[in-house]
Amino acid sequence: MTPNLRILIVDANQVRAAIIEEGLREAGYDELIRISGTTGLVAAIEAHDPDVVVIDLEDPSRDALADMFLVSRHVRRPITMFVDQSDSASIEAAVEAGVSAYIVDGLKKERMQPILQTCISRFNAFRKLREELEEARSQLDDRKTIDRAKAIVMRLKGLSEEEAYALMRRTAMNEKRKLVEIARSLITAAEMLK
Amino acid sequence: MTTLHLRVGFMPLVDAALLVAAADSGIAEGHGLSLELVREVSWSNLRDRLHVRLLDAAHMLAPAAIASTLGIGGVTAPMAAPILLNLNGNALTVSARRFEEMARVAKGDLDDPSVSALALASLVSARKASGLPPLAFAAVFGFSCHAYLLRDWMALAGLRLGEDVRLEIVPPVRTVEALASGEVDGFCAGAPWNTLAVEAGVGTILHCGVDLMPDCPEKVLAWRADDIERRSEAVARLNAALIEASHWVSNESNRPALARMLAAPDRLAAPASLIEAILRGEIMQGGGRPPRQVPSYIRFDVAAIRPDPAHADVLLAAMARAGHVVATPDLAERARAIFRPFAADVTQR
Repeated sequence: MTPNLRILIVDANQVRAAIIEEGLREAGYDELIRISGTTGLVAAIEAHDPDVVVIDLEDPSRDALADMFLVSRHVRRPITMFVDQSDSASIEAAVEAGVSAYIVDGLKKERMQPILQTCISRFNAFRKLREELEEARSQLDDRKTIDRAKAIVMRLKGLSEEEAYALMRRTAMNEKRKLVEIARSLITAAEMLK
Repeated sequence: MTTLHLRVGFMPLVDAALLVAAADSGIAEGHGLSLELVREVSWSNLRDRLHVRLLDAAHMLAPAAIASTLGIGGVTAPMAAPILLNLNGNALTVSARRFEEMARVAKGDLDDPSVSALALASLVSARKASGLPPLAFAAVFGFSCHAYLLRDWMALAGLRLGEDVRLEIVPPVRTVEALASGEVDGFCAGAPWNTLAVEAGVGTILHCGVDLMPDCPEKVLAWRADDIERRSEAVARLNAALIEASHWVSNESNRPALARMLAAPDRLAAPASLIEAILRGEIMQGGGRPPRQVPSYIRFDVAAIRPDPAHADVLLAAMARAGHVVATPDLAERARAIFRPFAADVTQR
């Protein structure tokens, strides 16, 4: 199977666009064009004449893109993936993942399927990555807060690091609160009593 | 009564008022609903997320509901509207610069749409004669009353939208920026975007939607067509909540509270004072003209939100004039079926 389809990726998020591009390249597609926004969309489509346009659902230019295809005098008019309603499962998965695709009329469903699947999995992978990053960031913030509170306890009560940490943990357990919450209260109190 | 959780998508516009009032004033809870409003960035998203049931119902342009149901424009996603969200609410705004140019060439009072259309036509021919690029006007969606209002207004002077004047599709939130940057020379959009353009000093409101088309069926509450019967209980509850919201919104003493709800960052994120003036029908025009009092600028009253199959006829005729559809009796019947005069039943419950 030689894919040989030209795919235009519209995504303002450069990192995600790169992840999608990489995914499609691995799947054997090598005619890929990436553009990052609304400006130049018409020119890009006219210049590259893509078979498939993949667009981020959070891109506000979607309505303009749809209209452009509607009024375009272009011979090969892309249409939305909704046209083939027989494949509702992958359409649902795509909308849920946050990606939409436009395909030139006449392109067989079998040829679109792997592209859509790749985009869906890459969009989902990107979201997971971002969630993990946010979690890691918040864990790091929590650690810093706990360290600051520990230093306050050590200074005020003349305790060692281990003792200060044990005291905070015990307090958190007794009050059925998270350690980081106890730490935040300690910092607030220390600021007030300065 | 078990509480039903409903997710309803909306675009940041004043005509989401009934949804916002129902969700944020406690009205929905009284009807056994927990109403979650989801702000979207495009009408296409609202349509698609409704279609795959990531949304239960959606704030929708009435012509977009028709296009989607009839499968015009490459998408077939049948919808039904058991209630409208408002009538009217649009305005036609031109950049401060184009307004000055139009005022110089106008033969008569620019408040008259046929005078203003002729003034625009004279700008169009002057630009053509001196080799300047054509003027561009924006609407928020291809299948929208905004596009049809622009088209019908320009036709008063024999101008063809899309030929003599370019049509750009710009999302509501970007209209002011597009006007300020000169990307477009004017736009037709719903409130509060025209007022925000006047407030920013970049635009002048030329006409209100009602000057061109009274009782324009602007937005509907769209459900998937097959959900109307399948989920009749949810539909009935949301209808009842929206009818109560309509009474609440129509009570003048609630306007300041409604304006504050709409102004919130997760709703319209626009100044409450401007929204409140719009709700009162006080329309700042800009261009050195006094504010206008337009009582039916946007209508949320119970009579206004009752769907009528005749709404489909009016819209289909506009769509046909724009070349979006060739109306056949079969299409007209399918379009009429979208507007379910269901609100009346609920009022009587």
